[in-house]
Amino acid sequence: MFAPRRNPCFARDAGGGRNICPVLAQMTDGARGKGAMRCGCAAKLAPAGTKESRNQMDKRLSIVVIEPDPERAAPIVDGLREIGDHDIRIISEETGLARHIAEFRPDIVLIDLANPSRDVLEELALASGPTERPVAMFVDRSDEHLTRAAVEAGISAYVVDGLRPDRIKPILDAAIARFHMFQRMRAELAATRAALEERKVIDRAKAVLMKARGIDEEAAYALLRKTAMDQGKRVAEIAQQLVLAAGLLSCR
Amino acid sequence: MPLTPVRLGYVPLIDAAPLIVAAELGFAAEEGLEFSLLRLGAWAQARDMLGAGLIEAAHMLVPMPVAQAMGLGPALPDLDLVMFLSQGGQAVAVSAALAARMRDLGHDFDFRDARKAGEALRRAAPERLHVGVPFHFSTQLELMQHWLGVCGFDAAPEVVTVPPPLMAESMAAGEVDAFCVGEPWASSAVDRGVAALLLPGTAVWASPPEKGLVLRRDFIAAEPEMTGALMRAIWRAGRWLDERENRDTAAEILSRREYLDLPAELAERGLTGRLQVTPSGEIRHVPGFVAFHAGAATFPWKSLAALFAQRIARRYGLQPDAAMRRAMAHFRTDLYRQHLRAAGAALPGASARLEGALTEDREVGAEKGQMILRADAFFDGTVFEPPFAD
Repeated sequence: MFAPRRNPCFARDAGGGRNICPVLAQMTDGARGKGAMRCGCAAKLAPAGTKESRNQMDKRLSIVVIEPDPERAAPIVDGLREIGDHDIRIISEETGLARHIAEFRPDIVLIDLANPSRDVLEELALASGPTERPVAMFVDRSDEHLTRAAVEAGISAYVVDGLRPDRIKPILDAAIARFHMFQRMRAELAATRAALEERKVIDRAKAVLMKARGIDEEAAYALLRKTAMDQGKRVAEIAQQLVLAAGLLSCR
Repeated sequence: MPLTPVRLGYVPLIDAAPLIVAAELGFAAEEGLEFSLLRLGAWAQARDMLGAGLIEAAHMLVPMPVAQAMGLGPALPDLDLVMFLSQGGQAVAVSAALAARMRDLGHDFDFRDARKAGEALRRAAPERLHVGVPFHFSTQLELMQHWLGVCGFDAAPEVVTVPPPLMAESMAAGEVDAFCVGEPWASSAVDRGVAALLLPGTAVWASPPEKGLVLRRDFIAAEPEMTGALMRAIWRAGRWLDERENRDTAAEILSRREYLDLPAELAERGLTGRLQVTPSGEIRHVPGFVAFHAGAATFPWKSLAALFAQRIARRYGLQPDAAMRRAMAHFRTDLYRQHLRAAGAALPGASARLEGALTEDREVGAEKGQMILRADAFFDGTVFEPPFAD
């Protein structure tokens, strides 16, 4: 029951026998049943520097981007295309993730740090065995600076074990740049919304003053601004309080 | 005096209550802290943000720091669990189809008897049961493993990770026949008409430790004052939460848009222990469904670190003794004693004990005077004796 399906591979001390098999072995029992995607190249490692190992190093990378929102996925893919000829796929469905990953057999998986599906990937990362190509987490790598940059940008990467850091770095850099762009866009959107909200409240406060005191719009705004300065508060805050108070007073 | 800002990460569940209540009701401010609470989407996110120093503390599944201590995670700075945040709060659910078959075979959904429910499930279940849990290092997985193991299923159930908000969908799609998840996600699946609740986690194990407060070891060493203040604030919030009359208020606070963003009625079910087990509205009352304080619920017994470590080690083919030793060092009973003694926490004489030995709440000798320990028995009488004292 719940037997270990495979050995843990991203245990820290499991790094001894690096497996440079060019494909990601299947990782779900469903896929395993078909038997078509068994990799089994662990025993056939080419010595470093041979033609075969060079080919493996330079081959196109298979990259999966997990992103349900197409408007976010597109710029990430564009960013990755700019840095090289890689096979890039987007997974947007939330269900059946393990199956899709097994089908695509990616070298690198990129996903939003906060995506709940990460917890499913975590299981896949642990579940691969000695004859399979393990998926290690990027944070396992030695480049602490890059790891931190990725986490700060809100991105996490799962990388097949044995992939050289110099192949991973440009891809991570490109993804980090795009994620920073998202963060800026989100901040800008929030700021715009807040400004719009404030505008509305100030307009309502002006209307309240104009009606109550029989003054014009300019005078109403001047009064709001003077009160704000006297109180050491922002105009929007004073406007908010005024609108609230007016609302209370008008209720019988 | 200005408040010291502290960033805490939580995953939206009812057992994030101690953090949210500490921030909302002033327990944090009382200790000179200003909590900045970050709602997170994945358990892996909590771990990674803590590791990268983007948050100072995290609401985390108790087995996560155990697995991390055993090397079953990414290479991050050492993470320590300084106190439990909650015990219980999980529910086991089965699909509507499976529930109907179980009812046809005479099961009454008493939401109480784990052996009876397990046997009914075995008779009604498909050849190979598919079970959803929120994370592969979780109390939910351990509960399901233990319960189904004891109930003697012929074929080992297939356990898959399903993010809690997707549990109902996964069940509706036929990907899982049963799941175990923290509230309010089990109740949410009942409301969607796809699931029936079969058991509370406490029916399998009377006091299953569920979430812990986890910090980086280097942060604890560099900021002992702040660590103590954080622990006291959250401990007092837990004490407030375990006053029965406060649970409705807690449900109101938690369900706000910035926290769980759900109807208060849904959060209330788990918090008050009045659960609706079927879409048709049958209610079951479970006293002590989730605990935040009473009966030393927050004391991070090293024997529980050992219990989880042994089970995880067996599953992943690691050496259990080494795993237990490593895990026990990450449950910081020393800090619990140091920082909560003056606040008035009852402190047990030892830091490890026989787990599963109490069939009812019991008064025992404490560091000072007497204290009450919560019942912690497994439904089948299993006990676990840690091979080391600390």
